[in-house]
Amino acid sequence: MNAVEPHIVSSPTGPANAAPAGGIHACVRLAYPGFALDVDLKLPGHGVSALFGHSGSGKTTLLRCIAGLEAASVGRIEINGELWQDSAAGVFVPTHKRALGYVFQEASLFAHLSVRRNLEYGMRRAGANKVSWEQAVELLGIGHLLERMPGRLSGGERQRVGVVRALLTSPRLLLLDEPLAALDLKRKNEILPYLERLHDELDIPVLYVSHSPDEVARLADHVVLLDRGAAIAQGGLAETLARLDLPTAFTDDACAVVDAVVAAHDKRYHLTRLEFQGGSVRVALRPEPIGRRLRFRVHARDVSLALERLDGSTIINLLPVTVIAVADADTPAHVLVRLDLAGTPLLARITRLSRDQLGVAAGKHMWAQIKSVALLG
Amino acid sequence: MTLSAVDLAAIRLSLELAALTTVLLLLIGTPIAWWLARTRSRLKGPVGAVVALPLVLPPTVLGFYLLVTMGPHGVIGKLTTAMGLGTLPFTFAGLLIGSVFYSMPFVVQPLQNAFEAIGDRPLEVAATLRAGPWDTFFTVVLPLSRSGFITASILGFAHTVGEFGVVLMLGGNIPGKTRTVSVQIFDHVESMEYAQAHWLAGGMLVFSFFVLLALYSSRRFKPGLG
Repeated sequence: MNAVEPHIVSSPTGPANAAPAGGIHACVRLAYPGFALDVDLKLPGHGVSALFGHSGSGKTTLLRCIAGLEAASVGRIEINGELWQDSAAGVFVPTHKRALGYVFQEASLFAHLSVRRNLEYGMRRAGANKVSWEQAVELLGIGHLLERMPGRLSGGERQRVGVVRALLTSPRLLLLDEPLAALDLKRKNEILPYLERLHDELDIPVLYVSHSPDEVARLADHVVLLDRGAAIAQGGLAETLARLDLPTAFTDDACAVVDAVVAAHDKRYHLTRLEFQGGSVRVALRPEPIGRRLRFRVHARDVSLALERLDGSTIINLLPVTVIAVADADTPAHVLVRLDLAGTPLLARITRLSRDQLGVAAGKHMWAQIKSVALLG
Repeated sequence: MTLSAVDLAAIRLSLELAALTTVLLLLIGTPIAWWLARTRSRLKGPVGAVVALPLVLPPTVLGFYLLVTMGPHGVIGKLTTAMGLGTLPFTFAGLLIGSVFYSMPFVVQPLQNAFEAIGDRPLEVAATLRAGPWDTFFTVVLPLSRSGFITASILGFAHTVGEFGVVLMLGGNIPGKTRTVSVQIFDHVESMEYAQAHWLAGGMLVFSFFVLLALYSSRRFKPGLG
């Protein structure tokens, strides 16, 4: 899982890239009184792409446009070579003829049908079986719920059934509209592993709407940042999160996400070494076996910089980095520094004073001290 | 024997009229209610008001206009005469048409409420599960609005059984053809036959009570999404 795929990284202000062959291309415009959506999405036709932004940024509306649920939308939507909408040519494929799966924000199971009949509803009509019943039911762990009525399910169970129901239509694109938003933290943690398995085991591109940085960092391969109806950035997750030119609304919790592999366990000190492109970190002992892929997140505020390698320190994760750029952070006292670790981007949030005293500038080689690493999943 | 043959014929006629009216109204009222529940057209208000008119109009007013339009000089009357059907007033068909108009709001409004209560979401869900509009209507909307259909049927039937003014204006009082129970009671009272009037009136009272009892018991069904 390589999160950095330069060929799909595009700048919102730069020239539009050609759509990758077999990708997701959605150029959508929709105007309501007081709100306008104008987005040109170019995403790879595989993996999880997160539509990330604050509430009111147009995430759900964009997803609804792609699904054909907003009849007033104008534009062109092409999913892995299949044309769903081309307003210029008068093409608008109705929702029920688009091979998509949609999971709504709140529970939306048919109350008059049992779980089993809810699942069969879409499967029968789609008449495709790219995803088998056994596979989908097992993947989301709902085998014991099949004969129940939706009214007797918990919120987390309903959303899992909703995901399976969408999967069983063998969609060419799975649209998830904040499927975890209505759930409490406990239920979220219960369903997240299932969504991760979905990502790992099924070859269906997913568009995942979220306003939770945690969910995005955990699940996404690609990210689209939406703000007031416009896509202000889109590209690989690690690459996009490490950008410095985003509005401060997105940088108050700036972080870098790194995909790593479990390399070694140190039983004596209870540490696990995680290796990634350009280096390694040690974290408290993990249960995962050697070779397992793990994703971790490093907050910019947890990274400090030094001119020399400081061995007389309690911080065990010291990494040689190169400064790529320095930009304003969320407060006037701080700056955000983009670092490169032989290909892996990192962010550090340091004071303006330190920047000037240490002469932190593009091209400078420094040592990054990582105070803490948050494992995702 | 407390009920005469004429009384029994009136009861049979009332039940036939009410049953046929209910069936017709479910067929006609469902699309009207669906349109009223879903439309954003400016015509929604006027159409809704026209459907609801019988709720506030004296039945004699409705009956009068139906009599005029279906009579030999009315628009419908000329049409039916040209088709060789004669004119409709003083026939069972005429009563049926009058009843359909008169009971329309009692069928359309519960259906409209039930359709509105379902909301957009189940329809969108069905579309994302590959169900076309007709498919969605029959497999999602109908089951979810079941209680609305039960209410509409009961109210439409009971209200037609209870109509008096429209029948009198349109149907006159022909035994076995247009003389319903309510008219028959009127006739008994006019002729000072209070005993017979009691039997029919009491029967109507009991019937109406059980209809409402059935209606309120059926309210347990709750449509919606789980």
